[in-house]
Amino acid sequence: MEKFTKVTGVAAPMPLINIDTDMIIPKLFLKTIKRSGLGKNLFDEMRYDDAGEEIPDFVLNKPAYRNAEIIVAGDNFGCGSSREHAPWALLDFGIRVVISTSFADIFYSNCFKNGILPIILAQEDVDKLMDDAGRGANAILSVDLENQKITGPDGGEVSFEVDAFKKHCLLNGLDDIGLTMQKSDAIAAFEARNAAAMPWV
Amino acid sequence: MTAKTLYDKIWDAHLVSTDEDGTCLLYIDRHLVHEVTSPQAFEGLRNANRAVRAPEKTIAVPDHNVPTTLDRLKGVENEESRIQLDALEKNALDFGVHYYPVDDIRQGIVHIVGPEQGWTLPGMTVVCGDSHTATHGAFGALAHGIGTSEVEHVLATQTLIQAKSKNMKVEITGKLKPGVTAKDITMHVIGQTGTAGGTGHVIEYCGEAIRALSMEGRMTVCNMAIEGGARAGLIAPDQKTFDYVMGRPHAPKGAAWEAALSYWKTLFSDEDAVFDKVLTIKAEDIEPSVTWGTSPEDVLPISATVPFASAFEGGKVEAAQRALDYMGLTPGMKLTDIKIDTVFIGSCTNGRIEDLRAVAEVVKGKKIKDGMRAMVVPGSGLVRAQAEEEGIAGILQDAGFEWRLAGCSMCLAMNPDQLQPGERCAATSNRNFEGRQGRGGRTHLVSPAMAAAAALTGHLTDIRDL
Ligand code: SF4
Repeated sequence: MEKFTKVTGVAAPMPLINIDTDMIIPKLFLKTIKRSGLGKNLFDEMRYDDAGEEIPDFVLNKPAYRNAEIIVAGDNFGCGSSREHAPWALLDFGIRVVISTSFADIFYSNCFKNGILPIILAQEDVDKLMDDAGRGANAILSVDLENQKITGPDGGEVSFEVDAFKKHCLLNGLDDIGLTMQKSDAIAAFEARNAAAMPWV
Repeated sequence: MTAKTLYDKIWDAHLVSTDEDGTCLLYIDRHLVHEVTSPQAFEGLRNANRAVRAPEKTIAVPDHNVPTTLDRLKGVENEESRIQLDALEKNALDFGVHYYPVDDIRQGIVHIVGPEQGWTLPGMTVVCGDSHTATHGAFGALAHGIGTSEVEHVLATQTLIQAKSKNMKVEITGKLKPGVTAKDITMHVIGQTGTAGGTGHVIEYCGEAIRALSMEGRMTVCNMAIEGGARAGLIAPDQKTFDYVMGRPHAPKGAAWEAALSYWKTLFSDEDAVFDKVLTIKAEDIEPSVTWGTSPEDVLPISATVPFASAFEGGKVEAAQRALDYMGLTPGMKLTDIKIDTVFIGSCTNGRIEDLRAVAEVVKGKKIKDGMRAMVVPGSGLVRAQAEEEGIAGILQDAGFEWRLAGCSMCLAMNPDQLQPGERCAATSNRNFEGRQGRGGRTHLVSPAMAAAAALTGHLTDIRDL
């Protein structure tokens, strides 16, 4: 998993509430052998018309937001099915941070497993950042995980909470596999013991 | 020393470490991989520049998607299936894991190939991105299904992060009556416990009737532990187990065999070991069984009638009504009056040689009902070859069965073998969910002998009346 220390980039405003995982990545795209490559179908039904043409009004299709790395979203982002394809699609598009007043549980923890930082803030802070995001490419947000601070375009700061262990994992790029790999000495010792005791395994 | 169950013993022997919060890291001896749940896991390894930690303990077999028609080597028509199959091949070759391609006679359903090749041995931990991994528990191995992120975790670390389950004992005392098989035992148990009866537990099956089963029969019993909600099913190894394992390609030989054997003989639940839950069933109370609804717990003896939804309680009333509607059944009608138009013999539940022998015994010298579609899909290329050698294939074909190549086939209908809407199938597989065998298809789970009987008569039939 890619480390997450600081992300400085364009933030896209998506004030809609209850953006579910079906909207993030429709079922149609689950029959894949890949985790990558889903970015082009991120928000597929909102992003393209029936003929497959981009809908110019959709935020991520606007020139200012095509390279957005942050989404500022309405309440309850990521509800619906538990598909891990949702964070996979966001990440593949290039999104590293989602800011909202609330997230669905499974989506929230899936984000951390995939190197995405979901940030929960009070309504007034989200409103303020939503305004900033509305200013397009002129409004760069900077998200500093180490110091748990978001810096706005005018220098204003918002601090946020994050679970200490999850923060540690993100800062060091540790997913479950990374964490277990830190125990590789213990695994190797087990293997050595076992090879001696049960050579047939 | 405290008394331990078989599950406790295997668990303790595989514990790599325990964290302060109780999370355990469990070592995995065998990892089975198929084409549907593994591609993202391998991709994850590539993206993170990781290797497979123990490729020699990893076995890849295509089974879920493969066509089972004789012309399959010409290529797979469905593009998505083909991509998944090609990906498995590339991943197996790139990462150096054991691989049985579609044109290898050893190819088959992963849970049949593992034991057949001697990969599955008593006392091991075995995992696969597939819930019916429980099958391998028949050898006294701790075997269960895992998700795609866990597949990746095992590939990279050869371990799993686990919390220990509880112990449950299911004892089948006495002897089975004629016409009653391993499949009927396992269905009967689910009928008793419900699909959540084993939730949070590892089930150990024991008792005289279990001891009397062949290894094939024991695999059938453990296979459906998952339908009872259990994490895994286990049967303590005995002489039958050792005889089955001996001489298999990847089983130990010579001095290693002797060492293994003396260890395997310690694999049983200590006399005073404590189980969190115990279920005792008299073998003589088990009848040839059949499912009438759309959940594996909807089990009845073949002599029964279709139930009324009102006979159930709570949320099950609505579920039963929905099942009756979906299955197109009238409450009160005899189960033996249910007409069948398709028969499917196969799957990791009942796709082994003993199952095919049971079918052949019933249909020998007879013809299946006019208009019946009946299909036999052996669980592996080797089962198929053995059946041909024993003359079983001929008997089945003479009776009117299609004789297919190995794969999962109509068990989950991911390949072209599917039911049409409304078609009604007597199947030897393990799941009767809505749409499991094809959209709108209706499934009755039965033993191989009962499926054979239905193929002859065109309706669900008590094998003892034939
Ligand atoms: S035969 Fe059926 S249950 Fe067994 S592995 Fe294949 S799809 Fe799963």
